[in-house]
Amino acid sequence: MSHDALKQAIQTILPEAVKDSSYNETGHHLDITVSSESLVQLVEVLDQKGFYLVDVTAVDLIPEIEVVYHFALWQKLYRIIVRAYIPRNHPEIPTISHIYPGADWHERETFDFFGIKFLNHPELKRLLLPEDADFHPLLKKESLLEKVEAVRSGFRKGGCRITYGD
Amino acid sequence: MEISADRDGNTFYLNMGPQHPSTHGVLRVILKMNGEYIQEAECVLGYIHRMHEKIGESMFFSQFYAYMSRMDYLSAMAYNHGYTGLIEKMAGIEPPLRAEYIRVITVELNRISSHLVWLGAYLLDLGAFTPIMYAFDDREMILDLLESITGSRLTYSYFRFGGVCKDIDEDFIRGTRAFIKKMRSRLKMYDTLVTKNVIFIGRVKDIGIISQDMARRYGATGPVLRGSGIEYDIRKNEPYSVYPEFDFDIPTGSTGDARDRYLVRVAEIEQSLRIIEQALDRLPDGPYRTEIPPFIELEPGDCYFPVESARGEFGIYLVSNGEKRPYRMKLRTPSFSNLSLFNELTKGYMIADAVSILGSLDLVIPEIDR
Repeated sequence: MSHDALKQAIQTILPEAVKDSSYNETGHHLDITVSSESLVQLVEVLDQKGFYLVDVTAVDLIPEIEVVYHFALWQKLYRIIVRAYIPRNHPEIPTISHIYPGADWHERETFDFFGIKFLNHPELKRLLLPEDADFHPLLKKESLLEKVEAVRSGFRKGGCRITYGD
Repeated sequence: MEISADRDGNTFYLNMGPQHPSTHGVLRVILKMNGEYIQEAECVLGYIHRMHEKIGESMFFSQFYAYMSRMDYLSAMAYNHGYTGLIEKMAGIEPPLRAEYIRVITVELNRISSHLVWLGAYLLDLGAFTPIMYAFDDREMILDLLESITGSRLTYSYFRFGGVCKDIDEDFIRGTRAFIKKMRSRLKMYDTLVTKNVIFIGRVKDIGIISQDMARRYGATGPVLRGSGIEYDIRKNEPYSVYPEFDFDIPTGSTGDARDRYLVRVAEIEQSLRIIEQALDRLPDGPYRTEIPPFIELEPGDCYFPVESARGEFGIYLVSNGEKRPYRMKLRTPSFSNLSLFNELTKGYMIADAVSILGSLDLVIPEIDR
C-alpha cells in the first residue's frame, strides 16, 4: 500500500481531512484532522489497511481538547497521526475500543487525565489515579491561553528548529 | 491470595497481588474463576503511578533525565536514548559519532542485563530456582561495567543532549570484550540447562498463544510481537542512532506461545552481543560530547520519536509551545499495550498458566503506571 493510495482511500470518505506531514520533522507521514462524528469511520479504514494502534492521548488546547491517535504499520515505515478537536466544556468522543481493543486502556487513561468521555466505552473508569480522585491532572489553567496560541501556530508551520535560550 | 465465592458456588473470584511475587511489582489481577479455569482477568493498575507526564511539563528539558530512567528500571538506557533522540531531533543537535557508538554499546549491554533478569525471574516463577543464580551472576558483570562509566547501577542518567556525560576507557572496552566471550559460553549453558528441559517445555509450550491479528489490535510490540512471527523491530524498521551500520538479525517465533517469546529473548541476547562486538571494533575516535547551551528552547510544533527498548516500542510524543519546558509530553510505554491483551489471552487457561503467561510478557510495572 502506497502513500498516495492510502491518502486517496481516506479522501473518498473524508475529503478535507488529510494533510502530508514531513517524517523527518514530526515523525509522521500523514496528518489527519477528523471530526468526532467521522472518527469511527476513519479508524475502520485504518483497521482494514492493517495499521496497529500505537497510542491514544490528548492535548489541552484551551478552549478545545485535541484527542490524538497514533497509528503505524509493521510492513514498512509509515506513521499516521489522527487529531480530533472536541470542546473543552463538553468533552465527548466515540470510543474506538470495539475496533481496536487495545484502545480500551488508552481511553481509560485519557479519561483519567483529561476527563474526556468516550461514548459507548465498555467500562469507562479511572485507570491509574485513585477511584475517588475528583480532578483531571493534565487539564491546563485558563491563564495559559497565550501559550496555546504558540502551539497552534506551530501546528500550522510544522517543523522545529533550535533557538538558544539564555 | 484471597478467595471469595459467588452465590451459585461455581464461579469465584481470586485476588492476585498487588504483593504477589509473580507479578514482579505492584500489579493486581482480579481473576474470575470457574474451578481452576480463568473466565476473566481484570488488571488493576496505578499502585506505583507517579504522573511523569505532568512532572515533565514543569521541568526544563535536561532536568527530566532522572525521571526517564525511573520508568523502566531494567532498561533505563533505552529510555534515555529515546528522550535524547527526540530532543536532538527537534532541536537539530548533531551528536558526535563516538557518542552515538557509546550510546549503542551501553543500550545493548543494558538490554542484555534486562533480558537476564527476565530469564532468571521467569524461570523462578515456573519453579526453577537455579537459573536466576546464573543469570544474576552474568548480569552483575554488566552492572559493574556500566557502573564504572556511568556511576550508577540501575537508574542511569548517562546520556546528555549532544553526547554522553563521560567517555569510555580502555578498562571498559577490555571488560566488555571479556563479558562477550563469557556470555557466549553461558548462552550454551542456558540452552542445555533450560531450553530443552521437559518440565519447562510443559509449562510454556502452546500456552498463551498470541495471534498476529490479536497483537495488531492491541498494539503489542517487542519480543511479545516477534514471538508471533512478525519481524518488527524499531532498530531495523525505523532506524535511529547508528543502528543501520551494524549487521544483526531480528529473531522471530512461529506459533506465538510463551515458548516462542522465551526463544526470541534468548536469541536477542546473542544479537545484542553481535552489535556490541561490531561497535567496539569500529569505535571512532574524537569528542564524546558537543557543547550545547544550558537551556534548550524548541520551536512550537509536535514530534513523535520511538525507540526499541527491551520490551518493545517506547515512544515520546512531545508538543512544544516554544518555551524551555514542554507543553505536553506523552510517554508511550510498551508494557502498557503488552499487558492490555492479558484478559483476552488468559481466557480458558488454568491458574498456573496465568503465571506463565504473565512472566512471558516481561512486564515492568513502574513503566505501565508511570
